[in-house]
Amino acid sequence: MPDYSWPPMEKRKVIGKRISRLDGMVKSTGAAKYNSDINPPGLLFGVLLTSPHGHARIKSIDTSEAERLPGVTAVRVILGAGKEIQWQGQEIASLAAVTEDIARDAARKIKVDYEILEHFVDEEDLAKAGSRAKPAGEVTTGDPDKAFQEADAISQGYYAIPVITHCCLEPHGQTVRWRGERVDYWPSTQNVSALGAELARSIKVPVTQVHTDMQYMGGGFGSKFPADLWGTECAELSKASGGRPVKMFLDRQQELLMAGNRPSVFGEIKVGAKKDGSLTVWQSKTWASGGLGGGNLNADQMPYVYRNVPNRRINHTAVSINAGSARAWRAPNNQQLSYITCCALDDLAAKLGMDSLDFFIKNTSLSPRGEVYKYQLEKGAEIAEWKKLWKPRGTSNGPIKRGLGIGVNMWGGLGHDSKCRAIINPDGSVEVQIGTQDLGVGTRTIVPQVAAETLGLPMPAIKFSMGSNAYPPSGASGGSTTVGGVTASTRKATVNALNKLFEVVAPSLGVPADQLEAVDRKIQVKGNPAKSLSWQAACAKLGVNRIEEMGENVGRTAPREGLISQGAAGIQIADVSVDIETGKVKLNRLIAVQDCGLIVNPKLAESQIFGACIMSTCGALYEERVMDQQIGKTLNADMEFYKLSGINDIGEIIVHLDLRPEMDKRGVIGLGEPPAIGGIAAIANAVANAVGVRVHMVPLTPNRVLEALARRNA
Amino acid sequence: MKDLKDPTQSTTGETPGKGFSRRGFLRGVGVSSGALTAGVLQNEAEAAETVNESANVSGPGEVPVTLTINGKAMKVSVEPRATLLDTLRNKLDLTAAKRVCDRGTCGACTVIMNGKAVYACTVLAIDAQGKQIQTLEGLSANGKPHPVSQAFVNNDAQQCGYCTPGFVVATKNFLDHNPNPTEEQVKQGLGGNLCRCGTYMGIRKAALEAAKTMGGGKNA
Repeated sequence: MPDYSWPPMEKRKVIGKRISRLDGMVKSTGAAKYNSDINPPGLLFGVLLTSPHGHARIKSIDTSEAERLPGVTAVRVILGAGKEIQWQGQEIASLAAVTEDIARDAARKIKVDYEILEHFVDEEDLAKAGSRAKPAGEVTTGDPDKAFQEADAISQGYYAIPVITHCCLEPHGQTVRWRGERVDYWPSTQNVSALGAELARSIKVPVTQVHTDMQYMGGGFGSKFPADLWGTECAELSKASGGRPVKMFLDRQQELLMAGNRPSVFGEIKVGAKKDGSLTVWQSKTWASGGLGGGNLNADQMPYVYRNVPNRRINHTAVSINAGSARAWRAPNNQQLSYITCCALDDLAAKLGMDSLDFFIKNTSLSPRGEVYKYQLEKGAEIAEWKKLWKPRGTSNGPIKRGLGIGVNMWGGLGHDSKCRAIINPDGSVEVQIGTQDLGVGTRTIVPQVAAETLGLPMPAIKFSMGSNAYPPSGASGGSTTVGGVTASTRKATVNALNKLFEVVAPSLGVPADQLEAVDRKIQVKGNPAKSLSWQAACAKLGVNRIEEMGENVGRTAPREGLISQGAAGIQIADVSVDIETGKVKLNRLIAVQDCGLIVNPKLAESQIFGACIMSTCGALYEERVMDQQIGKTLNADMEFYKLSGINDIGEIIVHLDLRPEMDKRGVIGLGEPPAIGGIAAIANAVANAVGVRVHMVPLTPNRVLEALARRNA
Repeated sequence: MKDLKDPTQSTTGETPGKGFSRRGFLRGVGVSSGALTAGVLQNEAEAAETVNESANVSGPGEVPVTLTINGKAMKVSVEPRATLLDTLRNKLDLTAAKRVCDRGTCGACTVIMNGKAVYACTVLAIDAQGKQIQTLEGLSANGKPHPVSQAFVNNDAQQCGYCTPGFVVATKNFLDHNPNPTEEQVKQGLGGNLCRCGTYMGIRKAALEAAKTMGGGKNA
């Protein structure tokens, strides 16, 4: 087998360098065409009519007036008379028209008569959930009751984290042209390679007829894997309109109602420890909802990271409500697990009268990667000046209270299945092809980095073709699997192609092919630049034949090969100031220490972590879907009242990438999810440290902070 | 700094929480009075129509307008209710400005009108006539990227890139009015735009770097 291993750290010329993202300029000059930007000739605009009610039955639907409106080309009923609607935003009808305004007018002209049914949208009060609550059963390990009896300190608390939405800036949707036997499919997706097959199945055409293309996409965060009902509708509208292309993207309200969310979690937690701080027992009763399907949590992973506590009792209940369904949300379940765990542990440390840093470090032995967390907590504490700044809970003076808090994260991040084709042409040009996508994480940049490193070429010499199902299939971008998948497949394909080139040029250099190397635009005898051919001259020896080689990463077997592996760990430390007169929380600093193996591009990796931390500030301080049990609707399906952090809301973010050689040796590991996990817990704990009382629910709005303070003073 | 966006062009001052925007209202007026059942709206619509009778009547249906975009006069046919943003994107194929919140909150559609940054989703195309409109497409002169665009690349001030055009235009306009900003002023001045991927750290640096390359940045 060829040697695919990464070059040693000190010899890398492109990998590991702070290279600017290659599509940076097209994005920052507006030249990048997202699929919501394309305007193919004859374009029609599609609109979905969605349910205004949380729970209802359609008594009748009349589309005749909409159909008669001049400019309307097709109207389709999705849910007809007699059908039950289960959430606000459920799709009822779709239509296409020559302009967007006409399409919206037409949607308003569809007459739907609803029978309103009883709804349930507030899962916080589990007692009211009735048959909508689906208990997952209790899991017990060790002897929790005995452990509580023997514990020196016990802490009991209630912790809550609400539903949040993905709020992708580019909404879900697509442009489709279904003309004859060809379907041109321009979606906004995390899944370029496989999405066409899904659409083909739903519109009943052979897969070979669907041509998927997406060069840029405006955010997914786990919500853009399926083709969705609106993909099918868009294609059918195109067909019904004589094959004219139809663009149909959700509007902002629909985007927040229909396109996925992260489930809530409410939890009553009881934890116990010995005087020396060793955690001995964990008991949790949690419930959650992510919409109609309930709310999974993987509750068995608690206490998160500190999983090997000897005594545990775990009890989780999923609650079904009349709201759009959950989708994977950047590190599914992990934010909630980290938040519930770290808050409960922080309260226990306070009960013990222990510095929570010491408590979190003391118990790292309960994690399989305890040594890594210990190192990271110490490193984070050093950056945060923890030992200098930390004070026991609630002992900060004056009306502005300062506090510090910790959150932890863990993730797999093993590269997904990926195939890469590497082409070396006789004129010296090189093309690398993968059916992958760049969600903004830098895929378009790191693949050419790997190819350039392997071939001894500068990055501009590599043409990277991606974003189409015409290229070799590669996995969906989710679960931090892309960087491992595409770097391994690219490394293998380019090594294979280079070896073919070596075979062709070896006779000219008078040595066996395995004595050659590619360095600085040359093919040379190993360690001997004098005996070499320029890249151009070497490729010219191909005559009329190009080299075309594949490389494949198979996730299941990849860790044995050494290019990639899994298991990322990280910690966040938050430093906040809380004004106890107004309840406003100000984030001073958020410090992230993260390990993710071999870093292909530190500049982009840091951006990922900055972004993940900023998302955490949204979840900790601002972001929450608000449902009204009176009317069964979402009150803030917009961006005025569904709050995200702005540029002035985030304080300073300090990233420390763990680049030690022993981490590098682990190979490439995904980074998208892990740093997005622990920040919410860190901020919540910092606020508890500052004000001396636990604020039970995030986001930590001024109102909630003041309520908690009132409770303390009562 | 808060008045970076022209307040007269923003809907954020309107009645919150009723799912009602100026734009939806205008659309409603454009549909038919039959769609308007609330008495207040009906009266306002009638009042609007009365005013229109004595003024220049535009619509119903598409009307020809001329917009001065990036120094060029562009003729286009739009409904009077069409926003500048939808006109740019759907009629003129100028798609750098993005439609995200569509009601004056997120800044992804920021363009410069008569020297002021505005949300193109809250400006009607017919109201933009006679004004100098600058979009991101017009910032890169002769194939040379604008210093703000270059600074965004250098500082990795973007991920998915969907908020980036709005941020670049907002930054350019901010620096036009504040050539020597402190970092604190940058944070205030760019508060009218939102990013979901979390690129603010890069944007802060990019704005300060661009100030320098544009000949200012003396307080950075």
